[in-house]
Amino acid sequence: MSETNETNGTAGIIDVVSLYPKDMNIYGDSGNVLTIARRLALYGYAPCIHEINQGDPWPAHVDMILGGGGQDTGQKKIIDDLFARADDLRAFAADGVPMLMICGLYQLFGHYFETIDGTRLDGIGIIRAHTVGRDVRMIGNLVEHSARFGDIIGYENHSGQTFLDPGVEPLGRVDHEGTGNNGEDHTEGARVNNVIGTYMHGSLLPKNPAISDFLIRSATERRYGSFEPRQTKEWAAELKRIDAIAAKARAVAANRPR
Amino acid sequence: MMTAHNATSQTSTAVRTPSGQAASRRPWSFATPLIGKAVRKAARLAHFGGSAFPGKIAESIDPGFLARTLGQLPLGVVLVSGTNGKTTTTRMVASVLENLGLKVFTNPTGSNFTRGVVSALLDQVTLGGRLDADIAVLELDEAYAVHFVRQVKPRYCLLLNVMRDQLDRFGEIDNTARLLSNVAEATTGTVVLNREDPRIAALTDVAAAAQSVRYFGLDASLRSFFPSDDDMATTVSLPGVAQGVASSKASDAESAANAASPVDAALAAEAVHSPSGGADSGLESAVSGELPADVTLMAVGDHQATFRIDGADLTTPVRLEGVYNLYNAAAALAVVRAVLADIRRDVADMSGTRGAAAPTGPDASAARVTDVSQSDTDALLEALSTVTPAFGRGESIDVNGSKVELLLVKNPMGFRLSLASFPPEGHDTMICINDEYADGRDMSWLWDVDFTSLRGTGVAMVSGVRAWDMALRLEYDQVPVAETDTELDKAVERFVTANPGVPKHIYCTYTAMLAVRARLGHMTEVADAGVGR
Repeated sequence: MSETNETNGTAGIIDVVSLYPKDMNIYGDSGNVLTIARRLALYGYAPCIHEINQGDPWPAHVDMILGGGGQDTGQKKIIDDLFARADDLRAFAADGVPMLMICGLYQLFGHYFETIDGTRLDGIGIIRAHTVGRDVRMIGNLVEHSARFGDIIGYENHSGQTFLDPGVEPLGRVDHEGTGNNGEDHTEGARVNNVIGTYMHGSLLPKNPAISDFLIRSATERRYGSFEPRQTKEWAAELKRIDAIAAKARAVAANRPR
Repeated sequence: MMTAHNATSQTSTAVRTPSGQAASRRPWSFATPLIGKAVRKAARLAHFGGSAFPGKIAESIDPGFLARTLGQLPLGVVLVSGTNGKTTTTRMVASVLENLGLKVFTNPTGSNFTRGVVSALLDQVTLGGRLDADIAVLELDEAYAVHFVRQVKPRYCLLLNVMRDQLDRFGEIDNTARLLSNVAEATTGTVVLNREDPRIAALTDVAAAAQSVRYFGLDASLRSFFPSDDDMATTVSLPGVAQGVASSKASDAESAANAASPVDAALAAEAVHSPSGGADSGLESAVSGELPADVTLMAVGDHQATFRIDGADLTTPVRLEGVYNLYNAAAALAVVRAVLADIRRDVADMSGTRGAAAPTGPDASAARVTDVSQSDTDALLEALSTVTPAFGRGESIDVNGSKVELLLVKNPMGFRLSLASFPPEGHDTMICINDEYADGRDMSWLWDVDFTSLRGTGVAMVSGVRAWDMALRLEYDQVPVAETDTELDKAVERFVTANPGVPKHIYCTYTAMLAVRARLGHMTEVADAGVGR
């Protein structure tokens, strides 16, 4: 199952769950999985990616969980399975498993989603927030500011307005009304311990290595007690090159029209 | 989004039947062609590019112009829409009908919105407002198609597929399917649907009011080549990573590299991408196989294709490359056959009542229509065999002795199909990614394309506004990139002049394609593909 690639793995295996890649994969969110896998390998860890769809059992180890956005139909397909897993997910979150939930799964990680016609769909309540359906989409390039991660660069595309409960920390702050969680309070996303929810596509992680490395560091510290990369010079150089390209892509993206 | 709600509240104002009277004609409308033409000329002189601007003027002073002008056509309007392949397919339908002997009005490539059609009409109508054509074949963007059918009811519609494309414009693919269901509903004659796309095939339900529904389809042996958009995430491979699920991808990739022909290679490459291989991947839907297809693409070879029509497998030479283009050819044949069936019926009806008299329209048109009614399937395939690729679909330009192929990429599936159809070995590769409105602002889609097929040859040049996003994407797929330069003009020039004699592939988004063609136009002769330079 977790075979070791000959070019990496001396620092240990990291088991990454890609949650619902079949139905919650829209807008390139699989780029997040690719980014985590590549960076783990370049830090000297052996990434093992587990694609978990409805009905699939959890792998023996879960070190990180990545979930993406989906259409309404995709959300309907996974909702029963998500509730069946809700207790496990809450336990993982409480135990410090880093998670990144984009868009649709971010919404379902909240308390509930109220559709335009007033129907209330329950979420699994890991992030204390709720979402209200709207008939206008918030859509476009977005830069948000975070003390922990610096500027976060991405592309939002959602019609739900998400409101965080008092005391819940947003992932970042946005400059303009009409953008972010709800277009009103200048927040975007949420972070609860090691769980990040956000509307940012792009994909998010390739252009935001600081968040990628936060997820990786949290996963390795939780499993092995510390983050100790075992890199060859080549891997370190390659990571540096990737991050230099990411910095250029960030600079361009930050200056593009909405 | 902008169209979803309008789409559902459409009404049928200003709609007319081909023989009916114009609705809501304004007193000054007789002058519309003159005013429109004058604006068009002025716009050109003033270097506005003159494509949609005159249409805008004509639309606002005479909203009935479109319906009135297209309403004269004796054979009505064929509307082509869908996410991928509109331009190629529209060109094929128009060329085949023309080759058979009809006079066809069609909109130039890229002006796939209503004003573009109005502008093109202004160019061709007489000052008296007459359009000298038998039939119109129009390519319309999904959202504009809805706008269009509010004004003009097409007699035929050809709906190709619904894929993720510029989602920042339409929202979601299920929403895009809803836009197209409006088009199917508004069609008065025949609705032609892609049997292998579940969202399109399902439109048969809303087309009940139309006279008939036809399908075009793929033989089971080719279906794995068209993975469903819904399979996308599971088809992006994670190179150099131990996967939780066992996979035989390496050996599949090897067989792709060793395959004899480009088509074999493409098919094998696709097999690599399919998560579970054959039958349950691809666009194959639950309904597929139960619906009889009017035209089925059975097999593809080197510049030849086999179609099953009326129970017979017919092989024909083609000038188009790639299984994807040939599936579009099946779509084009299906709609042309629907047009021919109506022509034959009308001619037979007329000859029954009035001897050899023409069905409709002026004499010249009637004579052409009567001639075309004699066309058999062989004539149809012969007409198809001469169609050449459209703008950006394998268009080939000679630059200083190097063959440069321009490949338009707009969405993940289209990009993947192009990569699979044009193996990189023996070629230099350049990728140009812009993010203007027409390209789509969101770069997320690049992460749904698997670029690992370029790992062996690498990419010589990456350019466009979002060159660094593209370079980052390639980096994560471990594809070597020789040079990245956001200055597109300079990058194109360096790329095409390097390694003389080595053929080249340039993958471009829409606005990048326009810029690349313009640059190449300064260096060599570039044919006008209907979009201007």
